[in-house]
Amino acid sequence: MSFLDSVWRWFVDPAHWQGADGVPTRLVEHLHLSAESLAVAALIALPVGIVLGHYGRFGGLAINISNAGRALPSFGILVVAFQVFGLGDLPVILALTALAVPPMVTNSYVALREVDPDIREAARGMGYRELAQVLRVELPLAVPLIMAGVRTSAVQVVATATLAAVIAGGGLGRYIIDGIATQQYVTTAAGAILVALLALATDLSLAGVQRLLVPRGMRLLNAPASTRAATFKVA
Amino acid sequence: MPGGLFLAVDPWINWDWLSTHVPHVLDALTEHVELTAVAIAIGLAISIPLGVLAHRRKPLRLLVLGFFGAFYTIPSLALFALLIPFTHLGGTTAAIPLIGYNVLILVRNVLVGLDAVPRDVLDAADGMGYRSTARLFRVEIPLALPAIFAGLRVATVSTIGIVTITALIGMGGLGSLIDEGQIENFHTPLVVGTTLTVALALAADLAIAGAQRLAIPWARPE
Repeated sequence: MSFLDSVWRWFVDPAHWQGADGVPTRLVEHLHLSAESLAVAALIALPVGIVLGHYGRFGGLAINISNAGRALPSFGILVVAFQVFGLGDLPVILALTALAVPPMVTNSYVALREVDPDIREAARGMGYRELAQVLRVELPLAVPLIMAGVRTSAVQVVATATLAAVIAGGGLGRYIIDGIATQQYVTTAAGAILVALLALATDLSLAGVQRLLVPRGMRLLNAPASTRAATFKVA
Repeated sequence: MPGGLFLAVDPWINWDWLSTHVPHVLDALTEHVELTAVAIAIGLAISIPLGVLAHRRKPLRLLVLGFFGAFYTIPSLALFALLIPFTHLGGTTAAIPLIGYNVLILVRNVLVGLDAVPRDVLDAADGMGYRSTARLFRVEIPLALPAIFAGLRVATVSTIGIVTITALIGMGGLGSLIDEGQIENFHTPLVVGTTLTVALALAADLAIAGAQRLAIPWARPE
């Protein structure tokens, strides 16, 4: 039986789709860790990036934070968090949050900075107060780049959550790590396929959200707005 | 057990361990640099010709960016794991995903650099009688170098971080120190491995920025 056949058999075996080590449980664990970390990171990063971008302050900091973030080894950060905080979800979520913050700060800063100054001026001329100007003029125009940052962070969080298995966490990484440990490479490959599909699905579904959030006026403009986040890969 | 109690016993750095394990740490550092260098060198060797071709043929550009874009989205541990049955535990398995990630970063930057060469410059080069190969090597690529160097810095820093994960598929490198600290619940190798990884990334970034200054003094690194 070829290796690929064995992997196929793994997937169609009902035993792998139930119980504490079944795919649904592991998938939910993985999504739970990822979503929680991404939400916390977004709550921290987006307001900071948006405020700095609106006022155009601390630009060097806002831009360099993702360069610095790229230099952090996700595996090391995760293990350090485990040694400090012990077993459980907390160390994983803290490490994932730390890795997810930088691209979102940088992108939301750049997004607000790239709003055409003429449009800001027009908004002020039309009598918008500052808060309304940010919420109703600048933010909608900044959506493509902000969402590009969220996408980048989300994909990295899903990727790094795979490493949670190393520090006795759950998630789809369990199949990969346990498979390597017991030299059952069919399990490893099955886990790898699931993780790869989840990362691609995360990227695609957030691309869909991005499309929905972009105001219709901008879509009609078909402006060549730069929608690509700074290249960021840590896992 | 990790956690509060354990912290009181085990200091973050045990200098005695460190002083007796200098060769061990240096070996890990050397392995880390070697794997990074291989992944970057092969990545560059693929990306520059591929970027030039993709710059000239639109369908190829979409194909290359689409394929490597999807590849880049896939987590490194998943790719390592998928390759194990075919290339087994070791260097090849570690290098292939790293090279693929670097190709995406570098090709994208080669394209940005080549796209930004002004039309007037190309016309002037044609008017001066450059043939297309000479124009490519003596006009277009030199003008694209700042963007290529920028990509090289991003690729190198990213690679240095991801190489730590190769420890999980039995490779050495600084990640093996992190893994050691994790398995033995002993902080020193963990802290040394993580700190050296960050330091190596920052040093490599500075070194490439310095190399750029020497190679193309007219374009300052950002």
